[in-house]
Amino acid sequence: MARGAGKGWLVRLPPMLWLVVFYLVPFLIVAKISLSQQAARRPPYLPVFDPAAGWEAFGAALGALSFDNFVSVVADDLIWSAYRSSLVIAAVSTVIALVLGLAIALPMARAPRRWQPVLVMLVVLPLLTSFLIRAYAWIAILKPEGFLNGALMALGLIREPLAILNTDVAVVIGIVYSYLPFMILPLYASLEKFDPSVLEAAADLGARPAQTFFLITLPMIRPAVLAGSALVFIPAAGEFIVPDLLGGSDTLMIGRVVWTTFFSERDWPLASALAIVLLSVVLVPLVLGRRRAPA
Amino acid sequence: MPEARTTTDGRNAADALISIRGVSKAYGGVPAVTDVTLDIGQGAFFALLGPSGCGKTTLLRMLAGFETPDAGAILIGGEDVTAVPPYLRPVNMMFQSYALFPHMSVADNIAFGLKRQGLPRDEIALRVAEMVRLARLAGFETRRPHQLSGGQRQRVALARALARRPRVLLLDEPLAALDRKLREETQFELMDIQRRLGMTFIIVTHDQDEAMTLASRIGVMQAGRLAQVGTPQEIYDHPVSRVVAGFVGDINLIEGRVGAVAGRMAGFVPDGLEVNWQVAAGDAQPGERMTLALRPERLDIAASGRQGPGNAMTGTVLDAGYLGDSTLFRVALTGGAVVRVFRQNARRGDSGGLTRGMPVTLTFPADAAILLRE
Amino acid sequence: MMAGRMARFDPVRVALVLAFLYLPILLLVLFSFNASRLVTIWGGFSLKWYAGLLSNRPLMDAALVSLGAAALSATLATVLGTMAAVALARHGVFAGRTAMRGMIYATLVMPEIITGVALLLFFVAIDLERGFWTIAIAHTSFTLCFVTVIVQSRLAGFDRSLEEAAMDLGAGPAATFFLVTLPLIAPAVGAGWMLAFTLSFDDLVIASFTSGPGATTLPMRIYSQVRLGVTPEINAISTLMIGVVAVAVLTASLVFKTNMVTGEATTLRGGGPVTSG
Repeated sequence: MARGAGKGWLVRLPPMLWLVVFYLVPFLIVAKISLSQQAARRPPYLPVFDPAAGWEAFGAALGALSFDNFVSVVADDLIWSAYRSSLVIAAVSTVIALVLGLAIALPMARAPRRWQPVLVMLVVLPLLTSFLIRAYAWIAILKPEGFLNGALMALGLIREPLAILNTDVAVVIGIVYSYLPFMILPLYASLEKFDPSVLEAAADLGARPAQTFFLITLPMIRPAVLAGSALVFIPAAGEFIVPDLLGGSDTLMIGRVVWTTFFSERDWPLASALAIVLLSVVLVPLVLGRRRAPA
Repeated sequence: MPEARTTTDGRNAADALISIRGVSKAYGGVPAVTDVTLDIGQGAFFALLGPSGCGKTTLLRMLAGFETPDAGAILIGGEDVTAVPPYLRPVNMMFQSYALFPHMSVADNIAFGLKRQGLPRDEIALRVAEMVRLARLAGFETRRPHQLSGGQRQRVALARALARRPRVLLLDEPLAALDRKLREETQFELMDIQRRLGMTFIIVTHDQDEAMTLASRIGVMQAGRLAQVGTPQEIYDHPVSRVVAGFVGDINLIEGRVGAVAGRMAGFVPDGLEVNWQVAAGDAQPGERMTLALRPERLDIAASGRQGPGNAMTGTVLDAGYLGDSTLFRVALTGGAVVRVFRQNARRGDSGGLTRGMPVTLTFPADAAILLRE
Repeated sequence: MMAGRMARFDPVRVALVLAFLYLPILLLVLFSFNASRLVTIWGGFSLKWYAGLLSNRPLMDAALVSLGAAALSATLATVLGTMAAVALARHGVFAGRTAMRGMIYATLVMPEIITGVALLLFFVAIDLERGFWTIAIAHTSFTLCFVTVIVQSRLAGFDRSLEEAAMDLGAGPAATFFLVTLPLIAPAVGAGWMLAFTLSFDDLVIASFTSGPGATTLPMRIYSQVRLGVTPEINAISTLMIGVVAVAVLTASLVFKTNMVTGEATTLRGGGPVTSG
């Protein structure tokens, strides 16, 4: 539209400026501070680049930057296991969300046309409910005297209450619950565009229902599977609220470590380094996924 | 063309490859197919013809196994397959959308059904190569469907469906997505392949020319019912109803009353014209109101006064459309009705000197007209 | 049979998954009306926890801060996000397109804690006093991308020839946008605003990093109490928050005859299957 008009930059410039100033620059600052050291001052790190101090001070400050924080990230066992369990919990949650997501997205895409917008809305509505509240809602369900144990004991399935709250299981449940709509939406969008005659063609050529699913359906919606998995896995790996509310004191997830490092220990440089490592760990699969399945 | 007439009238129904017996199907109370009984013999090229929504695709999908009849049975080779799922039926389908697997190459698409049969690898390779040759796809084996032209995709769909050597190939509007020229070429290719393989083809189409060209037999469907089954010539020359007559080819329908019936001939008095034509009687009753069907090319047109033998009517030329090989006249009869007349142009510049407003006489022989009751 | 299975819609699995999505919320809402202080045992119907909320001054103040920040940031994010969507969907290839796309998609999946750290360090570095304004800026940054994605998909879905027809009839780029494009993407823009508003209104993590002593948002207030355990008061305030969002979304959907959640006009959905290959 604006291609021929030559004034398109008027439309592009404001969002571009905003993103650069209030998004890109902050990340560059995180990178810089991750190379600084904690200090008992305001702001609580050194060195500080002061444009008024001149070139010599700039050089000195540059020389004061170091990779010490990254060394501690790698050397610290606690941090190491926090990363590991973050990735494991995020991966397990992603797989469960994928199975549940397919379980609902497949029939949704086959629902009568006029119901489909309603179903989509029902899937999205929980997203508009506070994340915090949704995680909080599970405390009452999972705690020892909560709804789940009450129901299971009433049914006679268990005698003693199960200890679910404050375990990794509770964290996985909470993450699956919180991020499930992000999995369902791309799967549904992809399945809905699907020409059903392709499935009929597979059956016509002798493929049984399970073969049709694994040979035709799944490969054809692969981009959506990857997108949904990224939308669940990446934020889940950095999740703070769910492990904080539902996890136990021994549930180590990196989001929590960043939070405490930042607020309790006030070690901003270390927290920055933790954030950068997390970012690179979770972005690698995303970039690889995108490259293999373009568009 | 191999004729498969043995089963048309059900005399040898036991020999029929496909036997559809009293099949009905409704969607949410709305009938799509109602009580269809039809036998199709081995080696036939059968066309289900009808306007959209007439139930022909539903019938085809029931043959493939995608829909289950509410009532009736479907037999293939004498075996009741009504409850057999599509992946176990000895039929394959070519889809209107082609339904090619977008994530697989041409060769993998063709091999898909063979792999499901569990054929050995080298056997599959041989069959794929054979199909690639048959469908003239050499050099395109590794392409994906989106890298092919419409005509190539159509041939992949055909090759994929033929690869399993089904007893019956079902074709759902297989040529609808092709442009006119390609469609004509492909029609002859399909006929050629069908003849060479000796396989039974059942095609669904709304295009009467396509059905007439391709099929050895045609079943005309209307509102979920089979209105008429016969060879293209039978359907064209002896339609059983006004709907069939109107759907297959161009036709003039003239309302009137049957006069005296004498032997195999009957008199017919068209409304508003003071004539009494002699036409083939069929089962017409004297005094009955009926419709006379006249094909435009069976009418002779001449300037008034140059009348030939046979039944005649007079009128004036409304307009003349020159089509090259022929001219299409619209003539307003004295009684007010308008009829269409095709006149072959044997010589260059041959318009017969008939122009707009000119008084003309139309004549037709007794056997050119058909009396229709419904 | 196979045929049936392929064509028929199986509502049971849909219902089961929807139950998983809604049951926790429904329990929470139900027990906000519980007369008993015990949050898992029903003790009769009561509205007393709601009455108590109104006299809770800090909570009401926090709600005002949240509403203000959400309204401001959603509006900014909608304007900027729509501009970005138009640029990405309509401007072809331009300098910085990849960078813009990259930043928008990165924000979509970025763990909130990282965005929070980055923005806090940025505000400290430029020496901007933290409070209401920094929360609004931060929320604009992280909700903008959601608006862009919704509007962009709407732009991609509609017939380009409408815009070309407008230009053919003499409308300049600006007139074309405001007279043809904007009315057609209005449902998506509206949905984008709603989503941005609720994301901002609900956000805890980024607000915790970017707020100052003077500005506490509702989720921050709730979080400080939630950590102490489940209480009927929190159930009550949560129910109110859910109710406000649900009523707003449903009313908007009915008024605009549009699915405010997906930005799709419910009446415009075509039914034709997409051809493969």
